[in-house]
Amino acid sequence: MTHIKTLNGATLKESACKGGCGECQTSCQSACKTSCTVANQKCENKDR
Amino acid sequence: MVHAFSVLGCNIAVDVNSGAVHVLDPLSYALVQAAGDDYSKMPVLPDADQTEAASAWQELLELKEAGLLDTPMDYVDPADAVPKDAPVKALCLHVAHDCNLRCKYCFASTGDFGTGRKIMPPDTAKKAIDWVVRKSGKRHNIEVDFFGGEPLMAMDTVKATVEYARAHEAQWGKHFRFTMTTNGVLLSDENIKYFNENMDNCVLSLDGRKEINDKNRLTVNGKGSYDVIVPKFLKLIQERDKNKDYYVRGTFTRDNLDFSNDVISIADLGVDSISVEPVTADDSDPYSLREQDLPQIFEEYERLAKIMLKRKDFNFFHFNVDLSQGPCVIKRMRGCGAGCEYVAVTPDGDLYPCHQFVGKEEFKMGSIFEDDFNMEIANTFAGLNIYTREDCKTCWARFYCSGGCSAANLNANGDMKKPYRIGCEMQRKRLECAIAMKAIEAGAAEFSEDR
Repeated sequence: MTHIKTLNGATLKESACKGGCGECQTSCQSACKTSCTVANQKCENKDR
Repeated sequence: MVHAFSVLGCNIAVDVNSGAVHVLDPLSYALVQAAGDDYSKMPVLPDADQTEAASAWQELLELKEAGLLDTPMDYVDPADAVPKDAPVKALCLHVAHDCNLRCKYCFASTGDFGTGRKIMPPDTAKKAIDWVVRKSGKRHNIEVDFFGGEPLMAMDTVKATVEYARAHEAQWGKHFRFTMTTNGVLLSDENIKYFNENMDNCVLSLDGRKEINDKNRLTVNGKGSYDVIVPKFLKLIQERDKNKDYYVRGTFTRDNLDFSNDVISIADLGVDSISVEPVTADDSDPYSLREQDLPQIFEEYERLAKIMLKRKDFNFFHFNVDLSQGPCVIKRMRGCGAGCEYVAVTPDGDLYPCHQFVGKEEFKMGSIFEDDFNMEIANTFAGLNIYTREDCKTCWARFYCSGGCSAANLNANGDMKKPYRIGCEMQRKRLECAIAMKAIEAGAAEFSEDR
């Protein structure tokens, strides 16, 4: 492609098939305690 | 849904439902903006070279065909956004409802959450560990945050909790992760060593520049805390294993809308892991953030991103977005987990949906001493997600923030389902900066330039 550079693929869609293990942190724990962001959490699923 | 934006000189398209991210040249960016949700025909760009425009449009259609643009959300059931009988896997353990600072913006009523100054007895903390082990079902990882008030005022309880959980976690089939949030006043060589050995994460509260910190983070006698805490924090960080997490975490208010200077001030101390957050406050508080502050806050986030790209010597919590290996879509639909997967425990053993709800009697969920966990409240919280919050359904950032903070929504709008608009605006700006930074770090920024 000459007009577009893809930085990231359909990773969200791909995550659906092995998602939902529930081992990750709850979302405002690690640093903020006041504002929720989920996308900066780590995935803990070893099978993914 | 496609969100197209231009930040830090980068034209970006986020394909909301697939998670794909593309860097666009000016022509393809103009086409994506003009197309909106309609990829059935090429938009007319009268001033563009029509051959080049047709070429760029063809590339966009190829991405759409490949499931990387304008992707429908047809691969997960929104019903999965509601966890069924979700185990509790995280505790915010309020070991101290007391504090040795008197921060002006404290959401915890200077440490006691309006419930009286108390320290959690070690036996209560151990009972809380027993409770979460019972409630955690098959979950292996259990998070425990020592919180307050100031948890260092309850070091006996902290140590007893860690010792108890570590002694039994193998037999229970669990793995505990501990986080300490502290204002640093009582940090000593001994407990720095203890935290670096036993805490998986340390959150160290500092607001940035000395004059900013000392305006709000005051001792009981009304003196600034900066000179007391900074040397202790730096010692903890210097002696800490580089593989263990920590954050120096500050708050910005209306009094320091130029908060990028506070982040830089912390970085200049040699700190490489920083979080500076918007204040939690009522509209009536003079330091609360207002609608009219947003343009400056946006500029500050962009300024911070530019400085970080040049310096490369620290990270900023809210710019840490892992595009490829972050949480799964199921997690992202469900929201923060407060009130169902995560609860706060007071010094008396009372349970609340999270630390922000402690002291609000109508949200009391039960007690660790009884088996009467209020499932009506738990189910209410479990049902808060990007599909039940009406405004989230059409927001491009819904899979990054997952519906925001229920407590913030309640404070701002009296409704946990109605997002706190100022918070949403800041969140979206932070995400745009974070994604643009990824593009620049990947060397893709030149795509956005006119050629």
